Amino acid sequence: MLGFVGRRILHLVPVLLAVTLMTFLIASLLPGDLAYVVLGDQATPEKVAALRHDMGLDQPIYWRYLYWLGDVLQGDLGRSFRTGQTVLQAIIERLPVSIELMLVAEITGLLIGIPLAIICAVKSGSTFDRVMTGSAFGMLSVPAFLAAILLIYLFAVQLRLLPATGYVPFGEDPLGNLRCFVLPGLTLALGEWPVLMRVLRSDMIATLQEDYIAMARAKGLKPMRILLVHALKPSSLTLVTVTGINIGRLIGGTLIVESIFALPGIGRLLVGAIYTRDFIILQGVVLFVAAGFVLMNFIVDMLYAVLDPRIRHGRA
Amino acid sequence: MSGKPLLAVDDLSVTIPTARGPLRAVDRVGLVLERGRTLGIVGESGCGKTMLSRALLQLLPKKAKLSGRVMFDGRDLVSLSPEALRKLRGKEIAVVFQDPMTSLNPVLTIGSQLIETLREHLGMNGGSATERAVALLAAVGIPAPAQRLRQYPHQLSGGMRQRVAIAIALSCEPRLLIADEPTTALDVTVQAQILDLLAREQRQRQMAMILITHDLGVVAGRTDEVAVMYAGRIVERAPTRVLFKDMRMPYTAALLAAIPKLDAAPHTPLAAIGGKPPDPTRPAPGCAFAPRCNRAEALCRERPPNLTLADAAGHQYSCWRPLGVDDRAVA
Amino acid sequence: MAALDLSIDTAAISPARRRQLGTVFWSAVIWIAVIGASAAFANLLPIADPTNMDMLGRRMPPSLEHWLGTDGFGRDMLARLIYGARASLTVGLLAPVIGGTIGGALGMLAGYFRGRFEALVIGSMDVLLAFPPLVLALAVTAYLGQSIFNLTMILGFLGIPAFTRVARAATLSLAQREFVTAARALGATHARILVRELLPNVFLPLFAFFLLAVAVTIVVEGALSFLGLGVPPPAPSWGSMIGEGRESLEFAPWLAFIPAITLFLTVLAFNLVGDALRALTDPRQGAL
Repeated sequence: MLGFVGRRILHLVPVLLAVTLMTFLIASLLPGDLAYVVLGDQATPEKVAALRHDMGLDQPIYWRYLYWLGDVLQGDLGRSFRTGQTVLQAIIERLPVSIELMLVAEITGLLIGIPLAIICAVKSGSTFDRVMTGSAFGMLSVPAFLAAILLIYLFAVQLRLLPATGYVPFGEDPLGNLRCFVLPGLTLALGEWPVLMRVLRSDMIATLQEDYIAMARAKGLKPMRILLVHALKPSSLTLVTVTGINIGRLIGGTLIVESIFALPGIGRLLVGAIYTRDFIILQGVVLFVAAGFVLMNFIVDMLYAVLDPRIRHGRA
Repeated sequence: MSGKPLLAVDDLSVTIPTARGPLRAVDRVGLVLERGRTLGIVGESGCGKTMLSRALLQLLPKKAKLSGRVMFDGRDLVSLSPEALRKLRGKEIAVVFQDPMTSLNPVLTIGSQLIETLREHLGMNGGSATERAVALLAAVGIPAPAQRLRQYPHQLSGGMRQRVAIAIALSCEPRLLIADEPTTALDVTVQAQILDLLAREQRQRQMAMILITHDLGVVAGRTDEVAVMYAGRIVERAPTRVLFKDMRMPYTAALLAAIPKLDAAPHTPLAAIGGKPPDPTRPAPGCAFAPRCNRAEALCRERPPNLTLADAAGHQYSCWRPLGVDDRAVA
Repeated sequence: MAALDLSIDTAAISPARRRQLGTVFWSAVIWIAVIGASAAFANLLPIADPTNMDMLGRRMPPSLEHWLGTDGFGRDMLARLIYGARASLTVGLLAPVIGGTIGGALGMLAGYFRGRFEALVIGSMDVLLAFPPLVLALAVTAYLGQSIFNLTMILGFLGIPAFTRVARAATLSLAQREFVTAARALGATHARILVRELLPNVFLPLFAFFLLAVAVTIVVEGALSFLGLGVPPPAPSWGSMIGEGRESLEFAPWLAFIPAITLFLTVLAFNLVGDALRALTDPRQGAL
């Protein structure tokens, strides 16, 4: 087991390095010069040259990369020339919001998907099952921003039940805070539940054919117990894996959703940086998000190895 | 005969609709089982014996259609509500399946699979349930039973797992135990132990038992009565000793001959039964065994024989040309 | 990229339903054809100029003059919808073509030659996949500037790993088959085997995947345009129309919903067709 982990960590390091390189290369795609952007109207050739020297932009590219990497490894992701805040600070402030959103989204997706999967597995082939499976398929064709518009229209505009935008910190008002996450979380959850439901349903249908389920029925156990204890547990492995993978991909989803619902998370930070052409923040956030994504996938890999009892008990 | 039989199956048929037509898995089967007695049901794979055991418990697949009556202790199981059936299963009637690796849930501990029945049917909880579970495991001959409770099925050997399955079946003191090929998936050396265990428990608890197997050797000496099934029907039935002494059905004789004998000369060819079991979706017009029977005549292929009434020895059979009976006498 | 594994569990569908898929399938094809044709021949259609503003007739409901009404600047919705289709479909179709050709070629070569080359390809794909795609697309368009060209390029580039995977998997399963060994025994060159024997068989699953990729690309482009970071204004795109319509949700919801429904139906259509084709060419069903 330790060998497995060790090998995966060894694999992780070059990938992370490649990510930093890619981020840097993308950042250097900027035509023209960062110095011009920073100075804006006040750009004069002398000021530009001076600033370029200050920012190290007149160095050859590989030096710039190494300097930048060195800074990054020390935790210095730069400082925004618009807001004056360090990138790291900005990220840390906003990270909890994004994490809360991702958790709310995934949990809601599970709350919708798991019961539906169980019912559809039990009633496999029925009209209900076909309708649900069809809806799941259709739902996958509804992008997050569409779902967001729909939900906003229904709940914020028509029913006036929930706020369309805005954010209240948890410390200030827990209930208000959760209210702000209902629509955004639901938006993302609508994209999550089809995948989760499909995976669990298909595994459960297979499990329900197993002999030990027939045995459980022959023992006269309550149907609810058979479903939730005997059938659900062996069917959950794929579900757990997919949930883990999805949480990582939700990072992309939060971008859109945070912008639409004006939640001050990492996604909004990124998009905002693009609007204001704050390239320092952009570079730092892209790096952070990409590295986070890689780490997330790594953790999921580890988790999978832990959950698979074959590895746990050393049997093939 | 002491009062009403525990189990009385009357004209039981199970039909399963398939793409190629209706499949008669069980065809007008009738059985009677007294308290504390053992019935052996013998037949090849696909003869319907497993479907029969599922039918007794009303655990058939959704598509299956069942007709007939299954009287258990005076109540017709066919017409019982699902809830009443559920209370019966595991408590009054228990089952041991063929393959303990697949009949035990791989992700639940032995203990939880044992205790859940105790909790469900006897309302036992916590410490008393655990104690009883340990006692049950010890009774079926599992060493270090307390530790076993926390283990998972894959950590035990095949024989052990089947003992656990038997312990689960016996946990609520059932009045009828159905053992569906309990030893087929086990090593030969373990088979006898398991069968002895079943016989011992049955005697001690005065339980009725149905022992389903494809092996005539298993039922010899361990059952009170034997019923032979072929193509979904009972084709011969007799008290065990009578059956082995006086076989009537050519099929039963062939089954017996097919058992390899330890004292035969080396390289003796196995007396297999030629041909294959019939396609249940296309029942033949005559006797189902006729294509493979070396005593078959034109009559056998034209008309299916009926099960005779029981003679003085309690022997019934379904054959136009039974063994050991004057060829001129027709059932 | 977002979830491309959209297979309907065909094993759980009864024969009656499988026959029903025919009607759904063909409706989807017709929709795609209609949208595609209107987008392609937009200039020939008797519709208004999509950039023609009419500040006096803003947010008008559907009328004889404007079949789908007007938007917040008085521009004809139908025209914008059709020209928006042009933008969305251009990006939506071209980007996967790029991804498909490059990824398909790489995947086939990797699956055929194996060894170090394959390891190199897989490794680079892994690095590319390590980036959350939307973030990458945003970052690149931020630095390089917004244009349909840039958008198509980056989305095409992002699709390469997925296509590589599909092509490689298909090639791996095929390269073991007898007809390849036979061709080699007859002295065929690698190029000949790749092009004449493997490509026709790999093409089908690739094409099915292509259609699914189109659906995803339209969604991604829509999301970016919605945020104002995709197709640059004033060129219409379904995403940007939805984004603009968002402000008027309260009194003119159709401004957002008309392009939204069109987008949804188009994405759904591509998903249905792609999935149906994928079910046909899935090696599990022995079609290959």
